[in-house]
Amino acid sequence: MIRETPFHPRTAVANQTGLWSHWSGYLAADRYQMSDKFEYFAIRNSAGVIDTSPLYKYRIHGADAERFLSGVLIRDIRKCRPGQAHYTAWCNHDGWVMEDGVIFRHTEDEFLLTAAEPNQAYLEDLRGPMRVIIEDVSDEYGALALQGPYAREVLSKLAPEMETIGYFHLTPAKIGRVPVTISRTGYTGDLGYEIWVERDDALEIWDRLFETAAPYGVIPAGQTALLITRIEAGLILIDVDFYSARYSWNDDQRATPLELNMGWMLRDLESDDRAFIGRRAIEREKAEGTSRWRTVGIMADWEDWDRAYNARGLVPPKDHTPEHGGMMIYDEKVRQIGWTPSFVYSPVLQHHIGIARIRPDHAKVGTKVGLEVTIDHRYEMVGSVVTRLPFYNPPRKTA
Amino acid sequence: MAARNKYDAIVIGGGHNGLVNGAYLAKAGLSTLILERRHLVGGAAITEELHPGFSFTTFSYALSLLRPEIIHELELTKHGFMPLLMPTTFAPMENGDYLMFGQDKNENHHEIARHSRRDADAYDAFGHMMEQAVHGIRPLMDSIPPDITSKDPEERARLAAIGSYLADLPPKVLHSLVRLLTGSAADILEDYFESDILQGLLASSGIIGTKVGPRSQGSGLVLLYHSFGEHDGAYGAWAFHKGGNGGFTQVLASAAQALGAEIRLEAPVDHVVTRNGKATGVVLEDGSEIEARTVVSAVDPRRTFLQLLDPRELPADLVEDIQRFRFQGTSAKVNFALDANPTYPALPGRSDMYRGFINIGPSLDYLERAFDDAKYGWYSQRPYIDSCIQSNIDPDMAPPGKAVMSNFIQYAPYHLRESDWDTERERLGDVVQARLEEVFPGFGDLVLHREVVTPLDIERVVGLTEGNIFAGEFLAPQMFFFRPAPGWNQYRTPIDGYYQCGSGTHPGGCVMGAPGRFASQQILGDLAKRR
Ligand SMILES: Cc1cc2nc3c(=O)[nH]c(=O)nc-3n(C[C@H](O)[C@H](O)[C@H](O)COP(=O)(O)OP(=O)(O)OC[C@H]3O[C@@H](n4cnc5c(N)ncnc54)[C@H](O)[C@@H]3O)c2cc1C
Repeated sequence: MIRETPFHPRTAVANQTGLWSHWSGYLAADRYQMSDKFEYFAIRNSAGVIDTSPLYKYRIHGADAERFLSGVLIRDIRKCRPGQAHYTAWCNHDGWVMEDGVIFRHTEDEFLLTAAEPNQAYLEDLRGPMRVIIEDVSDEYGALALQGPYAREVLSKLAPEMETIGYFHLTPAKIGRVPVTISRTGYTGDLGYEIWVERDDALEIWDRLFETAAPYGVIPAGQTALLITRIEAGLILIDVDFYSARYSWNDDQRATPLELNMGWMLRDLESDDRAFIGRRAIEREKAEGTSRWRTVGIMADWEDWDRAYNARGLVPPKDHTPEHGGMMIYDEKVRQIGWTPSFVYSPVLQHHIGIARIRPDHAKVGTKVGLEVTIDHRYEMVGSVVTRLPFYNPPRKTA
Repeated sequence: MAARNKYDAIVIGGGHNGLVNGAYLAKAGLSTLILERRHLVGGAAITEELHPGFSFTTFSYALSLLRPEIIHELELTKHGFMPLLMPTTFAPMENGDYLMFGQDKNENHHEIARHSRRDADAYDAFGHMMEQAVHGIRPLMDSIPPDITSKDPEERARLAAIGSYLADLPPKVLHSLVRLLTGSAADILEDYFESDILQGLLASSGIIGTKVGPRSQGSGLVLLYHSFGEHDGAYGAWAFHKGGNGGFTQVLASAAQALGAEIRLEAPVDHVVTRNGKATGVVLEDGSEIEARTVVSAVDPRRTFLQLLDPRELPADLVEDIQRFRFQGTSAKVNFALDANPTYPALPGRSDMYRGFINIGPSLDYLERAFDDAKYGWYSQRPYIDSCIQSNIDPDMAPPGKAVMSNFIQYAPYHLRESDWDTERERLGDVVQARLEEVFPGFGDLVLHREVVTPLDIERVVGLTEGNIFAGEFLAPQMFFFRPAPGWNQYRTPIDGYYQCGSGTHPGGCVMGAPGRFASQQILGDLAKRR
C-alpha cells in the first residue's frame, strides 16, 4: 500500500488537482493548484512549503560515529561541526557515486543522514567493530522545507533563533511547545529552511507554520515546482542526472564525483588522510585525468530556439515542466559530445536551461554547442552555450 | 563637480520607452544621458509607497506586451526582472454569481458551462482564432513599418512585401484580422458567445484606454492589441511584475545604467536646441544647456513636436497632423490600501480568486452604458473597473494580511462638460467606491487610504497629453503607417538628429518597450550611415 506522510491530512486537503506521484513509497503532491507555475513563483517571490518527508533518514550515533562516517562519505565529516550540515556523496570502491545526500551533525557523536534510497544494510555492513548504531528513522520524522525570500522572516516569527542561523547550519528549536530541528538547507537554491519534526507533532507544525506564513502568500508547493527550482539551482537528481553505482549495469551508467561536479567536496584530499571508500580510485582519476565527463549547465540560445519553431509556423514553446529525458548535445562537427538529462524553461531566467553531461574538452564555460530538439517529429539543432552551475544563485541563499 | 554637459545622445523622458532606448544606445557605445523631469523614472509605470507599507501602482499595473527580445538583449533577468503570472481572472456578476478562470483549460470549460454550454465550447475556438490572428500580425507589429509616403524604391518594396505577406496568410486568419482591425469587439464576441458575463469580460480588453464602447467600430483593434502580449510562450498572458510596474522600470533603469547610460532625475527639458535644421542638444528648464548630436524624445507626440520644438521649424502638414492627433484620455485610477481582502458574498472566506484581474464589467450592455456617460462629457456612474490586488501574490506590495488594490476606471473623459477634474476628483472616488461596495459588501470599512487619479492628474504628473494612457488613441488612422503622422512613423523627425521613441510611435502604448527599441535601431542605423 502506498503510504502517507505525517502531513497527509493537510496536504490531501490542499491538493486541489488530485495529482500525486509516488516518492519512496509515499504520496507526494505533484501540484496543489492548477497552476504549478504559481507554486514555483511562490518559492522565488514569497516562499513555498514542500513536504519532503519521504526522504530516507538514518540516525547514526555512537562513540565511533564520526570515524565511521569519515570512511564512508567522500566529504570530510570531521570538518562538519555539531550544528552543521554537509551536502555529500558516497562511492563504491571503484570511485563511482552511489548516492548523494545531506548529513546533519546534531552532536559530537550523533548524525542524521538523508538519502533518496534505502541504505540500512549497506551502512550496517560497513560497520565492522566500530561502536556505531545505525537506525532507520525514516518513518519517525516528518520534514517540511520552507523555501523562498520570505522564509527567514516567516520562520523567525515562530522560532527567533532563525534570524541568525547560517547556511548549512542547524539548530534545535521549539515552535510553540513542539520540539523541532531546523536546518538552513533545501533543494531549491533559494533562501530556505527545513523543519524536522516527530511524526505525531507534524500536523501542529503545519498548522502553526501556515497560520504565520499564509498572510505572506506562502503556499504549499508540489514536486513540479521543486523540480524546476532544483534545475535552476544546478542540483542533480538520482535516477535522472546519475544512477546509483550499486544498481548500474555498466560503467556508462555510472559516474564519478569529479564527473558529477562534486570535485569541490574533494578539494582538500591532499591534506586529509582519511581512508574512505573509493578514495584510491578517485585519486587515480584525478592524477591521470581520466574523467570522461563534466557536469555543467547548458543554455539554449533564445533566438535560435524561436527560429527553429517559427520556421515550422509554431509558437515557440516555453514550458516550465521539467523534462527528464536526454536530449543530445553535439559539437560544431555534429559529433555527439554529451546530453542533457534535465531540461526546463526557467521562468526566472527566461531561458531554456539544462543540466548537462559533456566531454571535458567541450565543457569550458562559453563553449558553443548544438542541442538536438524534436519539432513535429523532426530533429532540429538549436544553438546553445555551456554555462556555469548553478544557473540561479541569489545572494540571499547564503546571506 | 559640475555636471557633464556633452554626450553622444540625450533621451528626453525616463518612462520605460526612454529607458529602453537609452539602454540600447549605451549598449551600442554611445555616451547616453536620460533626462527625467520627475524625482523617479518610470513615467506611467511607477510604484509608490503612498501609505506606510503599501505599494501603489499609481498608474499602470500589469504587464503583458513587453517584447521578449528586450528581456534578452538588455539582460533584464540579471537586474531582477520577474513577471508573476496571474493564476486567476475573476468576473463578478450583477446577480451575485461570478465567472472565475484558473489555469486549467478543462476546469475553465466547466466554469463557463455553468453559464452557457455553448460558450464553453466556443471559448476554445475563439482563443484559437485570436492566437492565430496575433501570430499572423506579429511580424508587422514587430518591425518598423514602411513609410507609406516615400517614393524610395526600398520603402516601396517593403510596402509590397507586406501586401504579399498578408496575401500568404490563410484566408481565415486574414479575414479575422480585418474584422478585428476594423470592427467592434461586440460584433466578434457575439459571433462566438451568448452569455453576458463572458462577452463582458472579453470585451473589456476592447475598450481599455480608449474612447470607444464595445459596440463602437475600432474596439476590435484595441482588443487585438491587448492580446498581442506574451509571457513564456503564451499569447495574451498577463502578469504582475514583482514590485508592480514600477518594479519593472527600476529593473530597466538598473540595466540601462549597467550598460553605461546615465540617468539624471529632476531634470525637465525646456526645449531642443537646433541649428540649421539639426539638433545640437537640449536646454533644461533651469536654463542649462547640454549638447548632443542625437536627441531622442520619449514623450508624447504633442510634446515632441509642438512643445519641445518651435513648430515653425516643422512642415505645416506635420504640425496639422499632430494638432489633429487625438488624445482624449478617458481613463482614471482609484487605488486603495485595505485592511484585508474584500469579501465576495458568494465565496465567503476566500481570496484565492483575487490573484489576477478582477473584472467589473459584467455585460456588453453594462460597458456600453458606462460609455454612454462619456459620450456626453461625463464620467460613468456605474463604471467599468479593472481591479487587481497584487499583494495576493506579491508580498512586497503590502504588509502581511493587508491588501493593496488597484482599480482602473472607465470612463472618465478628460474634458468634462459641466465641471472640472479638480472639483470632481473625490466624487469620482466616491462613485467607484460605491460601486465596489455593491460588489464587495463592507468594502468601505476596509479602506485605509484612497488615491484618485483623474485624466488631468495623469497629464499633470506623467505628462501624457489629456491623460491618454497610450500617448495617443488607438484608432486605425493613428496606427502603423500613421503613428504619429504619415511620413513620420519611422522614429525620425524633420530635424536631423532629433528622434521620437515614446508610446505615440509604432506600435503604440502599453508597457511594451517596442517603440524605444525600434527607435534605437533607426538611430544607430542612421549614425552608421553618417560615418
Ligand atoms: C493609468 C494608466 C494605467 C495603465 N495601465 C497599463 C497596464 O496595466 N499595462 C500596460 O501595459 N500599460 C498600461 N498603461 C499604459 C502604459 O503605462 C504607457 O503606455 C507607458 O507606460 C508609456 O510609456 P512611455 O515611456 O512611452 O511614456 P511615459 O511613461 O509617459 O514616460 C514619459 C516620461 O517623460 C517624462 N517627461 C515628460 N516631459 C518631460 C520633459 N520635458 N523633460 C524630461 N522628462 C519629461 C515624464 O515625467 C515621464 O517619466 C497605463 C497607463 C496609465 C496612465
